[in-house]
Amino acid sequence: MAESICRVLRDGALEGEHAPALTIKDSLDSPFAFDVFSYILVQLSSQILRGNSQSRGIVIVAVSRSPSSYISLLKTKGVDVESSQKWIHILDCYTDPLGWKNKIQKSRNVKDIPHQSSLITSSYKAMKDLEKLFSVITELGGGLVEEKKARFCVAIDSLSELLRHTTSPSVSGFLSNLRCHDQISCIFGLLHSDLHDDKVPAALDYMSSMVANVEPFHHSFNGQRGNSENSLSEQSFTRGKFNVRFKRRNGRVRVMSEEFKVDPEGISFTSVSSVDGASSVSGLLPKLQFNLQLSEKERTDRAKVVLPFEHQGNGRPIQIYDGRRSLEDYNAEAKQTSGGKKGGSGTGEIIYYRDSDDEMPDSDEDPDDDLDI
Amino acid sequence: MEPQASNLLDEALGFHGHANPGRPGGRFVLIEDCLDTSGAVVLHHLIKRSLVSHPYSVVIFLAFNHPFAHYDRILRKLGCNLAAQRDNSRFFFIDMLMCQCPDDGKIPQFWLTGLFEKIEGLISSLHPDSKNFVTIMIDDVSLFEVAANGSSNDVLDFMHYCLTLTSEFDSTFVALDHKDIYLDGEKPILILEMEYLADILIKVEPLATGLAKDVHGQLTVMNKETQNPQISSPIKIRNFHFRIKENSIEYFYPGTKAW
Repeated sequence: MAESICRVLRDGALEGEHAPALTIKDSLDSPFAFDVFSYILVQLSSQILRGNSQSRGIVIVAVSRSPSSYISLLKTKGVDVESSQKWIHILDCYTDPLGWKNKIQKSRNVKDIPHQSSLITSSYKAMKDLEKLFSVITELGGGLVEEKKARFCVAIDSLSELLRHTTSPSVSGFLSNLRCHDQISCIFGLLHSDLHDDKVPAALDYMSSMVANVEPFHHSFNGQRGNSENSLSEQSFTRGKFNVRFKRRNGRVRVMSEEFKVDPEGISFTSVSSVDGASSVSGLLPKLQFNLQLSEKERTDRAKVVLPFEHQGNGRPIQIYDGRRSLEDYNAEAKQTSGGKKGGSGTGEIIYYRDSDDEMPDSDEDPDDDLDI
Repeated sequence: MEPQASNLLDEALGFHGHANPGRPGGRFVLIEDCLDTSGAVVLHHLIKRSLVSHPYSVVIFLAFNHPFAHYDRILRKLGCNLAAQRDNSRFFFIDMLMCQCPDDGKIPQFWLTGLFEKIEGLISSLHPDSKNFVTIMIDDVSLFEVAANGSSNDVLDFMHYCLTLTSEFDSTFVALDHKDIYLDGEKPILILEMEYLADILIKVEPLATGLAKDVHGQLTVMNKETQNPQISSPIKIRNFHFRIKENSIEYFYPGTKAW
């Protein structure tokens, strides 16, 4: 749910807690992580400008796209980048990530002309040094927000490039340091999951409080795109599924699902089109040839069924003793004993005492669940 | 070459796009071929198209596969005189056949930085009219990786820097690679990463039904149509067949040719 993600990022970090972190993952079957990243960037930027979010500024670590493309993106979407109020800074790790151009200019004895497209960009030339990157980001962000208590957010494009330049443990450490920093409100980045061994995206999943997966509607079987025309259809490259996993502070994990569509205006999200209005969770159930759920009629019929141990079987109306109401029909002897078993009469009877009104028949609830030992 | 024959591939590449007439509608064109069907066909077409499209256009060609004479002979049959273009400083042939990164155990960064400096220097020294019509081509990336002592990371760094040149000078980058040469069980990082970076991906494959006398293969062109990189773009896919003739290449939709 794209809106929920934006809300969580907007709300930011609580005092004493790690900043929320979002990882957007995709694969070559549905390479739209950047579209989702841009969408979130634009939403968050608008909220920062309106003063609606915890962050007062944003630092974009531009690794796979140039700073000018981000400036154009934000301007196209109506976000005021050149505002007098400093709120954005783009760290240019794209133009010269390893300092090659710097070396060439030095060898030609050419003065290093600051190749800045605007005041909000600064270049970074040491992609293999994540500790330095961390200090540059925090310095830039701190400069944006000025007050010590104010926070800023960090957008990283892309985490796959960071992993290519350095190692997985150093990237994990870098992200962890960002999340712990006092002034960072939230971080989000994108990852191409098929460029790495399985354990690397898994490690980043553990570090993220939200993981968004961009997937096609149908996965190819062997993980590679086949060379037949069947696997290539225009539809698979404009739409797909958007699954998000939220990790709450209390440990609860919530999974939500949406559909997305990419067109020249941008990416849009719609709720999953499902049969008979079932919740999004049912979209994760396997498709079976039998129905696992009840229709309305089946539900009402089931409610009407009288269970064999709940009726007297002799035409008398149903009487269920639940130990709470005073009984008019029972004698005083039955009232004194807590169980209230009836004294022996000629015929055998089964007397059923229901534990609680709320208990559904066939419930899997463990009745000892609320014991506090 | 008949206008109609060049239309399908050129159209798929966006050569006739209004934004950039005379240039493919995308900065990075990746050609992926396999053993059964060679992608050199598309590379030769692009060399000719780049040289013919604009009077000041320039091609910088990094050759790891064949010597100059090979390309000269083939392009001559397609109606393009590479030797003359080279003499006119419109076709720069960088012969990498004998070049190998010094195998002294050090990472090949110095060698690659030197190569990048050469290309960047070539472009900077061009006439201002030519600077916006440069095409950098590599034939092919797998041999480049071999020359770099198998360091795919360094090859990717080099390609990243070439791509920054394309945005700085508004030029095009074309690379050819083979998709079926990587070991099973190991992730082919180099080719996957290039597929992510590519604006246009051209897959050159045999027909699903096998080899044929009249149809030599099929092309699948996936164009992200990133004329405006800041705007999202759905990926447009076109598929058609081709036939290599003596002096030209014919492109046609499946089933539209009566033999």
